[in-house]
Amino acid sequence: MIRRAILKAIAVPGYQVPFASREMPMPYGWGTGGVQVTAAILGRADVLKVIDQGADDTTNAVSIRRFFARTSGIATTTRTTEATIIQTRHRIPETPLREGQTLVYQVPIPEPLRFLEPRETETRQLHALAEYGAMHVKLYEDISRHGHIATTYAYPVEVAGRYVMDPSPTPKFDNPKMDQSPALQLFGAGRERRIYAVPPYTSVRSLDFEDHPFRVQQFDQPCALCGAEGVYLDEMLLDDAGRRMFVCSDTDHCEGRRADGHVGTGDAV
Amino acid sequence: MYVAVKGGEAAIDNAHRLLAEARRGDPAVPELTVAQIRAQMALLVDRVMAEGSLYDPDLAALALKQARGDVVEAVFLVRAYRTTLPRFGASTPVDTGAMAVARRISATFKDLPGGQVLGPTFDYTHRLIDFALAAEGTVEPAAEAEPRDDADTCPRVTDLLTQDGLIEPSPPDDGAPAGDLTREPVDYPADRALRLQALARGDEGFVLGLGYSTQRGYGRTHPFVGEIRVGDVAVEFVPEELGFAVPLGRIRLTECQMVTQFKGSGAAPPQFTRGYGLTFGQSERKAMAMSLVDRALRAEELGEPVTSPAQDQEFVLAHCDSLQATGFVEHLKLPHYVDFQAELELVRRLRAEFFRDSDSMQEAAE
Repeated sequence: MIRRAILKAIAVPGYQVPFASREMPMPYGWGTGGVQVTAAILGRADVLKVIDQGADDTTNAVSIRRFFARTSGIATTTRTTEATIIQTRHRIPETPLREGQTLVYQVPIPEPLRFLEPRETETRQLHALAEYGAMHVKLYEDISRHGHIATTYAYPVEVAGRYVMDPSPTPKFDNPKMDQSPALQLFGAGRERRIYAVPPYTSVRSLDFEDHPFRVQQFDQPCALCGAEGVYLDEMLLDDAGRRMFVCSDTDHCEGRRADGHVGTGDAV
Repeated sequence: MYVAVKGGEAAIDNAHRLLAEARRGDPAVPELTVAQIRAQMALLVDRVMAEGSLYDPDLAALALKQARGDVVEAVFLVRAYRTTLPRFGASTPVDTGAMAVARRISATFKDLPGGQVLGPTFDYTHRLIDFALAAEGTVEPAAEAEPRDDADTCPRVTDLLTQDGLIEPSPPDDGAPAGDLTREPVDYPADRALRLQALARGDEGFVLGLGYSTQRGYGRTHPFVGEIRVGDVAVEFVPEELGFAVPLGRIRLTECQMVTQFKGSGAAPPQFTRGYGLTFGQSERKAMAMSLVDRALRAEELGEPVTSPAQDQEFVLAHCDSLQATGFVEHLKLPHYVDFQAELELVRRLRAEFFRDSDSMQEAAE
């Protein structure tokens, strides 16, 4: 039943396929959609990586990885390059994905129009008619009020020139990684009972305007641990005097760079 | 210097060991048995069965023990277990008219066939803490009921009203299999059977609040309790290879038939309408609230304006499930620092632009 929904989702990129989500042994909102999708596609030869906020050792990622290790006996890894399936919450790995890999996103609210129109009956119709004017008006209102589009994560994208899709609450920093990705991207929303997909090498365009082109977050300093630039950083508070440090959100990427001899300044700011 | 936090696995293991210790509590106090919970926390067990959508008092009692008495957590355990069970079919419809009633009251008729049976109820107890209960005494045996001639016949009040055409008839059984919201995603608008399923397993507090809101004018339905009955009914199943019904056992149910606002038109004479509530075990609060919300959700079908939350099926059905609600509310305690970082960056930039703009305006003014 889930595999059929996945196949349909791949056949209609960006379209939300309803599926009969089951109760999982973890709470709704904690990755039940991702867990069901992962469980449906796992094979014996697969190697699973689970990240939350870019890190393999956040508690919920640990919990989900152990669940699969325990119930399926599958091999697990923390290395992006070794994984065939990566289940994620809120990040796309910094290491570019390759063909044959599958990225499974945990999705809380699959409907990009939900906060503009709470009714499912209405939003399904809007998608059917490709009527996305309200979304553009919302982005325009942001610009008129703040001078910028004020959406920083779960930034809406248009998939294969048709459906507007919620990329899950990843920071918009990660949106460009979705475009023409060689990897298969699957999205599972357990509580909301929806599965959707972006097949490999599919166009994923972040919505924007000609005079306000889409831009990703920029950080003023490199990772303090590995010196990486152009990556997404976490801000750590070091003391109560406002000292902080910026380090890689993707822990595997950071560790790999440090193992290769890259060293950051270790400086607080 | 900052070192990335490691050791999530050890922390989780330790937290779970601490939880096991906290669950047991003071080892000097005897441990609760599942049988004790089942027998003495019966209404709690009933609630877990109702919201867990699984009639198994022992399992519900065990779940309550494991969950330290947390109802939603216990419901969660039961549901996660339930979802692994194979389905071998659907029972024949249970006949609540043939219920062996432990309690049966009507607020619409003073006396009626089968009588008013108070049964085991908190109604009319004075809510004064009974300190004698703290002293673990024996309980005085209950009085035996006087036999009544009509004790065996206890027709439903709505059936009596139907005879005179005073209430809309129960919709006929079209023989079509009822949908199952645990096996298929809900497609709106959902039919009444699916709505009743959702309400039956919905969170008691949420359904109660919605039912209450209809009484205060948010989708008023002028309700009367036609009847509440609590008792045991037989569950029967027709195995394909036999072709006739065989009894599987008995379950306790609470049923509420709410007699609500009449309607009529030039073509049809005025008739009362119905709201229906049914739960596992004894839970009149839930069954009554459910019947109010069921009736409110029929607004569109009965040509009433849909203006209130309790009449809005997407609102009610999408939010009445305690597991979905608690999961999503509580997921906010999961790390969100990546998204928060994205917001921080934006707010810092907007603030910098705000102060730069107000500085330049001040300079211009000077």
